[in-house]
Amino acid sequence: MCGIVGLFLKDKSLEPQLGALLSEMLVLLTDRGPDSAGIAIYGGAKEGRAKITIQSPSPARDFPKLAVELEKEIGARPTVTVKSTHAVVEVPADKVGEAREVILALRPDVRIMGSGEAVEIYKEVGLPEAVAKRFDLSAMTGTHGIGHTRMATESAVTTMGAHPFSTGPDQCLVHNGSLSNHNNLRRELKREGMSFETENDTEVAAAYLSSKIAHGQNLGEALESGLKDLDGFYTFVVGTKNGFGVLRDPIACKPAVLAETDRYVAFGSEYRALANLPGIEDAKVWEPEPSTVYFWEH
Amino acid sequence: MNVSNVATAPARAVNYAPRVFDLAATPLRELNLALHQIADAADEPAWEVVNPKGSHAVAAGVDKPVAVEVRGSVGYYCGGMNDGGEITVHGSAGPGVGENMMSGKIVVKGDASQYAGATGRGGLLVIEGNASSRCGISMKGIDIVVRGNVGHMSAFMAQSGNLVVLGDAGDALGDSIYEAKLFVRGSVKSLGADCIKKKMHPKHLARLQAILDRAGITDVKPEEFTRYGSARTLYNFNIDNADAY
Repeated sequence: MCGIVGLFLKDKSLEPQLGALLSEMLVLLTDRGPDSAGIAIYGGAKEGRAKITIQSPSPARDFPKLAVELEKEIGARPTVTVKSTHAVVEVPADKVGEAREVILALRPDVRIMGSGEAVEIYKEVGLPEAVAKRFDLSAMTGTHGIGHTRMATESAVTTMGAHPFSTGPDQCLVHNGSLSNHNNLRRELKREGMSFETENDTEVAAAYLSSKIAHGQNLGEALESGLKDLDGFYTFVVGTKNGFGVLRDPIACKPAVLAETDRYVAFGSEYRALANLPGIEDAKVWEPEPSTVYFWEH
Repeated sequence: MNVSNVATAPARAVNYAPRVFDLAATPLRELNLALHQIADAADEPAWEVVNPKGSHAVAAGVDKPVAVEVRGSVGYYCGGMNDGGEITVHGSAGPGVGENMMSGKIVVKGDASQYAGATGRGGLLVIEGNASSRCGISMKGIDIVVRGNVGHMSAFMAQSGNLVVLGDAGDALGDSIYEAKLFVRGSVKSLGADCIKKKMHPKHLARLQAILDRAGITDVKPEEFTRYGSARTLYNFNIDNADAY
């Protein structure tokens, strides 16, 4: 199992409530995935600035002097906002690549969750409610976000095995299902020079999409290619800077429900996750078709 | 002079007002336990469930002829194993509505998710909206009527009973079907292995009319449907296929 939620706001007046709505949706799917939880939230993009979300097993050691040390290396003052085991490092947009390398060199235990102009990614092991509380998700604002509750089936319950997985700048992926050809694909992607943190199948799917995008496909095309190359069961939800997308495998046995009103588009593995959204009684509610890429963008 | 003692017999206490369970306030298990503990359906024939909010297994395992009105949408396995109950969902149903139904009736006013009526052995399942993939998978005697469309792989390995679709059917209808009868009024995207189009004989028209009557559908005629069923070529091992294994 696993649970996926997604919320894309059309009505700006809902933006202050994004974190609260999304974390409630996530908690409602706790029994689909009590191992770990994660969320990617999009908002607060500033012209010329980029955010890098990092995670450390020893935040008290790794985060306090990071801003000062990073500034010496990249020649620009970053801001570091700590949230529990994670921190969001904001740097000038043209320094992102350099900053990512420097952070990993300065702090060998730190892992990069993702980076981009708008995205912040938080994930940890534990019940969704505990994870939401740890990062104060309900206080977050933004334009859209996706979340995942994990019931691990094929690799260890670790922070890095939790979803979302970054697939590129401002892009991430969550997955319900299991891929059967991930070991072979991982070998092929390693030959291309990609590196992996876990034995997780979803990380392979994320790397696959990143690779396709690096070879010139857009995200929609990369997902279409995935229909051919990814063998197994999946409902994918992808987050992008401007929106989110949904793709189910041709058999489509992993559940998926979409709801749309004038104010939002919402995704849930089950209707339960959507049942408390404002105006859900009058929403258009339907199941996405198999092998069909759906996208909503601002 | 005739003397009757009928008037002195104690009046039976019948609770005509429905017993209402608000799932926002009452755990689901209390509802299902109460339904399972009905001693005599005539004493408490009407039940109502409010605020289901996508809960799983609402009114699963009902085995008395009571009416259960569910006000809202439900999650997995609503009315599963139903044996005699008349369950109406005033909303949509998640996966496996009416799974393994034995008898009775389930009506879904909205849409149904995948594998509606799976393995059902009897009774009638009516879906007024659309049903998604694998509707009636492995059905074993249930009758399923869908006013809208059904998704891919519906009636997969269907053994007996009738699947009636007023709209269209998706890919691989009736794959590896046994003796269930499929009636589709609209288009069929593709037929599964060993499923073929068949002629409508008068007995099939009569059979279909009877099912439509039971489902309360009066605006379509049996003649508008096409019948599909098993070509019966997968029943026995064919030596010509030996190389395939």
